[in-house]
Amino acid sequence: MNQWEIGPIFRALSRNKVGAVLIALQMAVTMTIIVNAVFIIVERSALMQRESGVDEANTFYLTSTGFGKNFEHKRVVTEDLDRLRRTPGVVDAIQINAIPISGGGWSMSLSTEPGDDVEDVGTANYLVDDHAINTLDLQLIAGENFTPSEIRWRERNQPDWPATAILTKALVQSLFPDTPWQQTVGSAVYIGEDEPVIIKGIVDKLQAPWIGWDDLEHAMLSPEKTVSESTRYLIRTEPGQRDALMAKVEATLAEAYPNRIIRDVTTLTETRERSYRQHSAMIKILALVMVLLTAITAMGIVGLASFNVNRRKKQIGTRRALGASKGAIIRYFMLENMMISTAGIMLGVALTIGLNMLLIQWFAVSALQWFYIPAGVVLLLVVGQLAVLGPAMRASNIPPAMATRTI
Amino acid sequence: MFGYYLRLAIKSIRRNPYLSGLMMLAIGLGIGASMTTLTVNYLMSSNPIPQKSDTLYYVQLDSWSPHEPAQEPNEPPDQITWRDAINLMQAGQASKQSAMASSAAVIEPADRNNKPFLASLRLNYTDFFTMFDAPFLYGSGWANSDDKQRKLVTVISKKTNDRVFGGENSVGRSVTIGGKRFTVTGVLNEWVLVPKFYDVTTGAFDETEDAYIPFLLKETLELPNGGNTNCWKSPEGEGFQAFLQSECVNYQMWVELPTEEDRDNYMAFLDAYAQEQKAMGRFPRPLNNRLPDVMTWMETEEVVADDAQIMMWLAFLFLLVCLLNTVGLLLSKYATRTGDIALRRAVGASKGAIFTQYIIESAVIGLIGGALGLALAAVGLQGIKSLYGDFVSELAQLDLLMVSIAILLAVVSSVIAGCYPAWRACAIPPASQLKNQ
Repeated sequence: MNQWEIGPIFRALSRNKVGAVLIALQMAVTMTIIVNAVFIIVERSALMQRESGVDEANTFYLTSTGFGKNFEHKRVVTEDLDRLRRTPGVVDAIQINAIPISGGGWSMSLSTEPGDDVEDVGTANYLVDDHAINTLDLQLIAGENFTPSEIRWRERNQPDWPATAILTKALVQSLFPDTPWQQTVGSAVYIGEDEPVIIKGIVDKLQAPWIGWDDLEHAMLSPEKTVSESTRYLIRTEPGQRDALMAKVEATLAEAYPNRIIRDVTTLTETRERSYRQHSAMIKILALVMVLLTAITAMGIVGLASFNVNRRKKQIGTRRALGASKGAIIRYFMLENMMISTAGIMLGVALTIGLNMLLIQWFAVSALQWFYIPAGVVLLLVVGQLAVLGPAMRASNIPPAMATRTI
Repeated sequence: MFGYYLRLAIKSIRRNPYLSGLMMLAIGLGIGASMTTLTVNYLMSSNPIPQKSDTLYYVQLDSWSPHEPAQEPNEPPDQITWRDAINLMQAGQASKQSAMASSAAVIEPADRNNKPFLASLRLNYTDFFTMFDAPFLYGSGWANSDDKQRKLVTVISKKTNDRVFGGENSVGRSVTIGGKRFTVTGVLNEWVLVPKFYDVTTGAFDETEDAYIPFLLKETLELPNGGNTNCWKSPEGEGFQAFLQSECVNYQMWVELPTEEDRDNYMAFLDAYAQEQKAMGRFPRPLNNRLPDVMTWMETEEVVADDAQIMMWLAFLFLLVCLLNTVGLLLSKYATRTGDIALRRAVGASKGAIFTQYIIESAVIGLIGGALGLALAAVGLQGIKSLYGDFVSELAQLDLLMVSIAILLAVVSSVIAGCYPAWRACAIPPASQLKNQ
């Protein structure tokens, strides 16, 4: 123990408490921020990694708004879809009422029994035709696709629903938690209070429009085309063709009828970026804060350690003259830093947990997993040791002859 | 003396550029981060209509389902039904009032070369303009009678006026909206509301609408619903009327109540109205109406995003680390000058003089750090804009108040940071360091 000089270091430290306390406090707060920031970053990245189920890279959509008295919505939709599906490079296209992960859409409640006071499950509703599975790049994992004759027109403000629907696996599992999902094909679910809808098929994955929604994986395909002034088409292209086709399709559709506006021609990649922008911004900002904070704390350690080295030049020279090796000098400063850091980090652990509890209480952040704490401890110890290394090396280079000089 | 200390401070900073620079950088970064996040929070939570925010009230009626509240725990819906909007407007119990809704329609300029475009619409009563102090460039809102008679009149935004009429005074001229010819009664000037308090259900930081038309035209022209539509039961029957008469909420209502007494009376009126509806078989939930004023409503709707607040608190912790850092560095800096101080004390400088000198030096460092912090905050706000996109552009602006706060915060915090080191410096006994020299 004597060889490690813990005692002398401690006594030297206690004669110059303030500097050490300041470094310890800095390390404590730095650890608090860094650990909580990393945790938020990891959580947000996990959110961003969720897949929509759609072939995002090769898909785009646009809105067509017709105006004027003679605009025949049904005819236009039918002809537009024909035109789009015949366009070379287009894999498939549909009319759709809402775009996955875009932020705007329709939702309804489904239940497994009729009646107005029964447990229900929320779902996003996509109104599409029999080309939806192909256009959205879904896997039909049970049951069947819609047949063309099953597709109906939904007039404006029409309140009722078609007799069949295709549901996502996640939705089926929420509705029938006790039945294997494959066996739910053919079962009835109720929309509104008492309108039965038969499950015709089940698809692997399709997300709802609202990325902040708890039931993001709940979606239902309803076999219908809609009549309204503004209508949306979702178009899937062959790989690499998307950007060229966007301009081409926009021009073709705009030319087909003079009395309409084609607008919001957007890729799904862009939509994802916009929907998740808040999260990616938070990640970038927190990452920057972490880097700056670590740098500042490290510079603080360098500054204070250098100052200590300068102040103790004569003392160090004397120790060297008395036979202390360079290594011993380096070890002295590193041990000193280790002791200060440990005190700071211990406080940091308490503060980290405290801040996390406040974040949970005020901002609905989830609870920190335990391993973030030891990881933070190790990181801060390493930063402290690296920061003190430079000044310690300089100290070890102080010549023994320094002992004979004044100042 | 002040000038002399200032010269000394600058000399001392020059003599130790690395350490002084580090301190300025630390303060600058801390101030920069705090000011960036503070500005965003301050603007998000700013009062968009300070002159009358406490006399404007948002009407909330609990018309929701018997089995569950519109939102846990027992919150009434954030919008009202068409039926209630119409009933409350007919009752006319407030000094000014407007039900409203959002929608969209195609505007076709008369000039063939000018392309038609989709415009965002607000459907409202004419009181809307006076209640919210809407700024007019030309003309004014429509007449009260136009509301009841469902006249095809409109107030358009400056942007729409520029686009359709080339910026001329268009009052009295006509414009085609949704296939119908509307007469322009007024053109609004630039109207930037942060937040757009009168309708935060879709987006608190959206732009104001392209055109405003009488509320009842929703029914006449069968205009589509904008914003969010929420229903606790399906409409009974088919068609537009059935939808309007359903329990779906899609409308907002504001009233102006100048005195506390007016407010109490209106609240009593709302409760009586709910009782009346209960008698008719509606409003199955227990009485739960609300009448929040502008700022209360902004809080209820959580207009300030959680992320912005988290970042602000982290930034203040960040500033704390920067200040701790500065204290440490100042301590080391002043400690290297013990000889200097002892000499000055020995030749007659008082403790107070030494203290003042070092505090001034800290203040100078704080001032330079603060200026650096402001520059960094400006960069930070640009960064926020590029990270979050256009919709925050109104949020990411430094105003004079924020600039003053930044400088003040920097100087005050660095002076506080300098107190302990300066006290240590002046406590050095005059003779102690002289013997070594």
